[in-house]
Amino acid sequence: MRFESLVDSVGNTPLVGLPQLSPSPEVRLWAKLEQNNPTGSVKDRPALFMVAQAEKDGLLFPGATVLEPTSGNTGISLAMVCAQKGYRLVCVMPENTSEERRQLLRMWGAEIVSSPAAGGSNEAVAVAKRISAENPDWVMLYQYGNPANAQSHYETTGPEILADLPTITHFVAGLGTTGTLMGVGRYLREQVPDVKIVAAEPQYGDVVYGLRNVDEGFIPELYDPSVLTTRYSVDHRASLRRTRELVMQEGIFAGISTGAILHAALGIADREVAAGRKADICFVVCDGGWKYLSTGAYAGTLEEATASLEGQLWA
Amino acid sequence: MLQDCTMAVQVKVPTILRPQTGGSKTVEASGDTLDAVLKDVDAKHEGLRARLVDDEGKLHRFVNIYVDDEDVRFNGSLDAPVGENSTVTILPAVAGG
Repeated sequence: MRFESLVDSVGNTPLVGLPQLSPSPEVRLWAKLEQNNPTGSVKDRPALFMVAQAEKDGLLFPGATVLEPTSGNTGISLAMVCAQKGYRLVCVMPENTSEERRQLLRMWGAEIVSSPAAGGSNEAVAVAKRISAENPDWVMLYQYGNPANAQSHYETTGPEILADLPTITHFVAGLGTTGTLMGVGRYLREQVPDVKIVAAEPQYGDVVYGLRNVDEGFIPELYDPSVLTTRYSVDHRASLRRTRELVMQEGIFAGISTGAILHAALGIADREVAAGRKADICFVVCDGGWKYLSTGAYAGTLEEATASLEGQLWA
Repeated sequence: MLQDCTMAVQVKVPTILRPQTGGSKTVEASGDTLDAVLKDVDAKHEGLRARLVDDEGKLHRFVNIYVDDEDVRFNGSLDAPVGENSTVTILPAVAGG
């Protein structure tokens, strides 16, 4: 395949079967390999769409400054896109994110403002909103509320999945900005009667939930629960266990949030087997494992890895 | 872990609500719906329920509650069924991405 430039090559990722982890020939798991995008994560899609929309709206010009709160992947994708297009990028990122993410962001030319670990991404959003108010000429794309985020999945990820898997019964993805689930979910619900849209939400250690009070909670503006069939919370031990199973049994080296998604997908698969139903369950591999090597996720015993990930923002 | 003969529901409480449980991370309760479990917890740790459920009897917007890791909002909210050795997890809503 040939493309005019790197940004033109975003999307059209492979869908691969999981012959070892699928419970039966009637109940099959399919992985959408989003680590095959140019910067190695699913976030290349929303980054490209959000920048394109801002350009259409006349907000961006060469030398403009883009601002974004991010736990990593969106920032890395934006850094690549902004570097290609001549925009300056400032990312607000929680300090308890992996070192690889920081190095990658700087490599692509982004500037990083650190936000406190306690409160996780909520705090990054709050800091970015403050910086945005102080710099009215900067453009905050704001992945949590930008319709172009979900639209990227509605227009690309969803149609790609349906073209490759017309018999899809379940779609499982991670719940962060909610963009993947809202976009793919809406598209599939329009096209496939009775399709189930399932969210897997990372369950972190206490520090990430270290808000001062409940009213500091955060729900992305994009989130519409009516798109979802259900939503599961998956802790880092289960996520790590599944991340390791995925690489050992299927050879897919994925990041830790993908383990959480696989955990939910396997739970659904078990229930479909028990109910005697046929199922084609598609789940998203958000990114590869490379950026998480320094967290200890893949080294030592599961207990050691679980301990070293405590307090980290791993999704 | 040794268990009593009576099975108890384990309720996991987030840091910000632990002042209501005397600092405990997990409390035991009984009940076959989430509502019953929260009322039982409230009998022992007064004030916890008021932080989770508003005056109209709805779950607080920024609180997520899971029974055996499934979000109760997709399974009847306060009427969500709870098994006799289920785990109820309470978490504040946080961002990802």
